[in-house]
Amino acid sequence: MSALAHVPAASGQSSAPPPPPRRGRHRLLPYLLLLPGAAWLFVFFALPLLQLAAASLYDPAGSLSTGYALTWAFGNYPDAVQAYWPQFARSFLYSAIALVLALLMGYPLAYAIAQKAGRWKNLLLVCVVAPMFTSFLVRTLAWKTILSDNGWVVGLLRDVHLLGPDGRLLATPIAVVLGITYNFLPFLVLPLYASLERLDPRLLEAASDLYASGWQAFRRITLPLSMPGLIAGTLLFFIPATGDYINAELLGTPNEYMIGNVIDSAFLVRLDYPQGAALSFLLMAAILAIVFGYLRKAGTEEVL
Amino acid sequence: MRSPHRSLTRRGLLSGTLGTAAMLAAGGALAGCGTKGAQQTEAGCKSDDLSGTEKKLAFSNWPQYMDVDEKDESKRPTLDEFVKKSGIQVTYTEDVNDNNEFFGKVQNQLAACQSTGRDVMVLTDWMAARMIRLGWIQKLDKAKLPNVEANLLTSLRNRSFDPDSQLAIPWQSGLAGLAYNAKVTKEIRTVDELLTRPDLKGKVTALSEMRDTMGLLLQSNGHDPANFTTAQFDDALNKLKKAVASKQIRKFTGNDYAPDLAKGDIAACIGWSGDVVQLGFEDEKIKFVVPESGVMLWSDNMLVPNKATHRANAEALIDYYYDPAVAAKLAAYVNYICPVQGAQAEMEKIDPDLASNPLIFPDEAMLSRSKVFMALDEKQEKEYETKFQQVIGA
Repeated sequence: MSALAHVPAASGQSSAPPPPPRRGRHRLLPYLLLLPGAAWLFVFFALPLLQLAAASLYDPAGSLSTGYALTWAFGNYPDAVQAYWPQFARSFLYSAIALVLALLMGYPLAYAIAQKAGRWKNLLLVCVVAPMFTSFLVRTLAWKTILSDNGWVVGLLRDVHLLGPDGRLLATPIAVVLGITYNFLPFLVLPLYASLERLDPRLLEAASDLYASGWQAFRRITLPLSMPGLIAGTLLFFIPATGDYINAELLGTPNEYMIGNVIDSAFLVRLDYPQGAALSFLLMAAILAIVFGYLRKAGTEEVL
Repeated sequence: MRSPHRSLTRRGLLSGTLGTAAMLAAGGALAGCGTKGAQQTEAGCKSDDLSGTEKKLAFSNWPQYMDVDEKDESKRPTLDEFVKKSGIQVTYTEDVNDNNEFFGKVQNQLAACQSTGRDVMVLTDWMAARMIRLGWIQKLDKAKLPNVEANLLTSLRNRSFDPDSQLAIPWQSGLAGLAYNAKVTKEIRTVDELLTRPDLKGKVTALSEMRDTMGLLLQSNGHDPANFTTAQFDDALNKLKKAVASKQIRKFTGNDYAPDLAKGDIAACIGWSGDVVQLGFEDEKIKFVVPESGVMLWSDNMLVPNKATHRANAEALIDYYYDPAVAAKLAAYVNYICPVQGAQAEMEKIDPDLASNPLIFPDEAMLSRSKVFMALDEKQEKEYETKFQQVIGA
């Protein structure tokens, strides 16, 4: 308000105030620019979300032929948790393990591409991104062939006795976690690469001038400076990985099914819309809680 | 210079948007109380037939379910013949990949008595039964289906969801039974062997289609899948549960068991005859078994949905495919069970080997051992499907 009062006083009596229409347009401009995006979000995100929220509170006794009444049946939520908490727990467990594996592989990879690859940099980046040119489904099916019981991977593992003579990888939790790790790895590597690429090597030189060991330089310089990429990468990895159901479906068995499989079956096979919607909301809430907790702990404003 | 008004910050915008969305959510949820019932009635949802003036037809089918020319895959000999003979232009779309997914695709229109843009669609028995139950399917005029009347296999008449055969006419049928890869395991004869034989542990799959898997299990317990009680269903389900818990069953599949069976990743499975016949052409070690306790017979049916505007054209098409000569040409390509009587004699002229294949033209002994799963009402369907899905993991 003080700024607003200040403007006419400063311009004084000599010049006329700027014409009002221009100022009005200026004021509305950011909103106008936001309009297409906001309309898109509203129609394709907010409205469906709202519909889903309403569906999660439908009377569970309803059915397709009689229709569903909105009875604010909050009991759908505890019922859904009670019936499917193992799949919930499994989803978070698998995506957490996959995240750790992906970090162990992805961080050195991103660092190598960003700092050490020299003229191979672009080629290596293409190698990371190229698998994304094919469909997610095709890539997962390829893993089925790679891990096949009669394939060379399993054969080799049997020969070195890491697997028993009848051991297998397909249809085990290992295959599912490996599939998740592989499928979402680029989402982790690319933001990390973007951060690490901006890392000024002179800072590391300065660190070694000051007698910092390699590990100290990494912990005090490289890691803090790559934090924004690390956080963005882990989120981009963790969020879709937790909701994923293709890997569990194709590489696992019913004993490996994750919450995404349950939601899929609730909507498409069992036609239990209230339960499917309640499970979807619970998943969203759980992920949001984890993300906010994580961001608070990591203390960054760069992502949100 | 500072902007004269409050600047638009990311945080401010975010909280503003969230606030507005929350308010809209509360208001909207109150406004849009629930959904209307999807049930339609013949009187409530009338469909016009424009076949007299419009010589066209939209036909939705599964992939690889229609004969194609050996030299030019874009040509479909039997369908082209129909177009030539009748003058009806057919738009043929292979957009049915999964009964449940297809249901999701058309349910909103059909629940609201609107057109789906399709005149004929091909869906499996239980989905056909569900749509008939919901009143979504148009009754056909039997006078216009003389070939169907004359040639439909006896075992496919009198089905509980369509006793008069005027709502759902089988396109192709098939068996759900056992299959094994003789390179990996020795012969398998019964469902119990599949579920308990120690050498098969972890190398067995079953179908995620409840009717097929549970139908076979019910039969292995000596019960009739066409007429069973909840207690009998639970019995059969317990048997399945044990096989899952002992890790005998590796997973539940749709069509995707076929490549795994061919590779030998799985040794034996519950599978469909059509897939196994096709695998058998490439590798004779892949074999289909009709278990001694009985086998499941299913069909994919041609349905004319509500608000389809070319019913008479559709009837012409359906009747055309019940001409034995046409049916034989189609069966020679798709290798499922041909639901048309008399096609076997026609097949002798095309390919005598196929004509003697019991998985395309089953003999009386086999048909007498086959059952069609009982039609379920909505409550039973949800109850059984939920129990089954819990055992198969979702």
